[in-house]
Amino acid sequence: MSEQPNVVITGLGATTPLGGDVASTWAGALAGRSGVRTLTQDWVAKYELPVTFAGQLAVPAENVLPRPEIRRMDPSAQYAMIAAREAWADAGAPEAPGERIGTVIASGIGGVWTLLTAWDTIKEKGARRVLPLTVPMLMPNSPAAYVSIEVGAKAGAHAPVSACASGAEAIGYGVEMIRTGRADIVVAGGTEAAIHPLPIASFAKMQALSTRNESPETASRPYDVSRDGFVLGEGAGVVILEREDLAVARGARIYARVAGVGMSSDAYDIAPPDPSGAGQERAMRIAIADAGVSGADIVHVNAHATSTPAGDGVEATAIRRTLGGDADHTAISATKSMTGHLLGGAGAMETIFTVLAVHHHVAPPTINVTEIQPGLEIDLVRDVPRQLREGQIAALNNAFGFGGHNVALVVTSV
Amino acid sequence: MAHSEEDILAGLAEIVNDESGLPTDAVQLDKSFTDDLDIDSLSMMTIVTLAEEKFEVRIPDEEVKNLATVGDAVSFIARAQEA
Repeated sequence: MSEQPNVVITGLGATTPLGGDVASTWAGALAGRSGVRTLTQDWVAKYELPVTFAGQLAVPAENVLPRPEIRRMDPSAQYAMIAAREAWADAGAPEAPGERIGTVIASGIGGVWTLLTAWDTIKEKGARRVLPLTVPMLMPNSPAAYVSIEVGAKAGAHAPVSACASGAEAIGYGVEMIRTGRADIVVAGGTEAAIHPLPIASFAKMQALSTRNESPETASRPYDVSRDGFVLGEGAGVVILEREDLAVARGARIYARVAGVGMSSDAYDIAPPDPSGAGQERAMRIAIADAGVSGADIVHVNAHATSTPAGDGVEATAIRRTLGGDADHTAISATKSMTGHLLGGAGAMETIFTVLAVHHHVAPPTINVTEIQPGLEIDLVRDVPRQLREGQIAALNNAFGFGGHNVALVVTSV
Repeated sequence: MAHSEEDILAGLAEIVNDESGLPTDAVQLDKSFTDDLDIDSLSMMTIVTLAEEKFEVRIPDEEVKNLATVGDAVSFIARAQEA
């Protein structure tokens, strides 16, 4: 055993396009359901958005949180709060001094709804109508701060920002907080609430989004030969990280261990990944080495796989180079085929999928793939879940973000 | 169109309920915003901003500290809409 303490996951929480909690989200994923639908908001036609669908929350936050919380929090903080409360309760509301509890809740974009709604207000009605909580609502650390208040976490509240890698980076940062002795328990995850006309217009202009408007449920099709872009989603995922010896001592239910964290940056381009995949490969290799496992131990990968023509191929190549011949038998799942892309929430929600895959020894499916792009040497889990082998297993979760941020986490069974 | 003091109280109670979750019938003329209703200064500024819009009046920032009770606010708004 290394000198650093092991870190385990004892609680899970989520609100996603597949369900309002972890159980319904996981059931939806195993059933191969799509959470993507046509948007019914009037602004879709009003602004002539070229993309008319997204993965909205299955259970609106208004149905869950009391009205004053809805008014005082940006939707990104609302979603984080819903997920954090579920995760905290799921972990059995562990008792510890506040100074030993941290929070790391990331968002890729932050309070875009609050910012742009306030901008509309000042343009239309003047400065006197701007609400006083506008800045505390729109700041990207707002979800981390609110969750710290909720659980009384005083070891530090952090909000790493790395676009679509943010949620996974937050969990990696939380692991480091425990390993370095800053905290014993960390509430970590990611959130995003960016289904707003401006991000949709911008992503569409980049030609990053699928335009399969006539068939939203089948639009997200990672690795498929006919994929045409990602599908915007929203939601949050939060996990409770704990020092393993303390979790064992209190008799906590342990889902899995976060054994390895790997991070790298491409230093290549502000949007697309380095086409060589070298940075992604490095992140995965660092995570695997950090976990003290080998490629042969990795039985499952929850891939970043957003369904963009460029990105999926780069990642498939990077996985193949990292795992070598072991990749022949590595069950790869692209769950964004069902949830859409939760941006800053994605890495956290997909860590939860990876944890549950390891815990239950089953990999969730990838839907909407009719023909894998020729040349991609991947063993994709298609349409139905796949059993993973019994015994000790390890899995990888990848999350990559605009700007060349690469995060890989290794999760192992306990 | 001017609102009656009764309308202003009801409208304020709705704003306070939305902002704080307090039941509307807790918002009475003799209640202190800070001591009875537990409204902090940022919430008070939010309530004032929303009240300005709802009742189409101007409540100068320097007046807010003088609005200790719900009754103070109702009276101020009633006078302001006649001005």
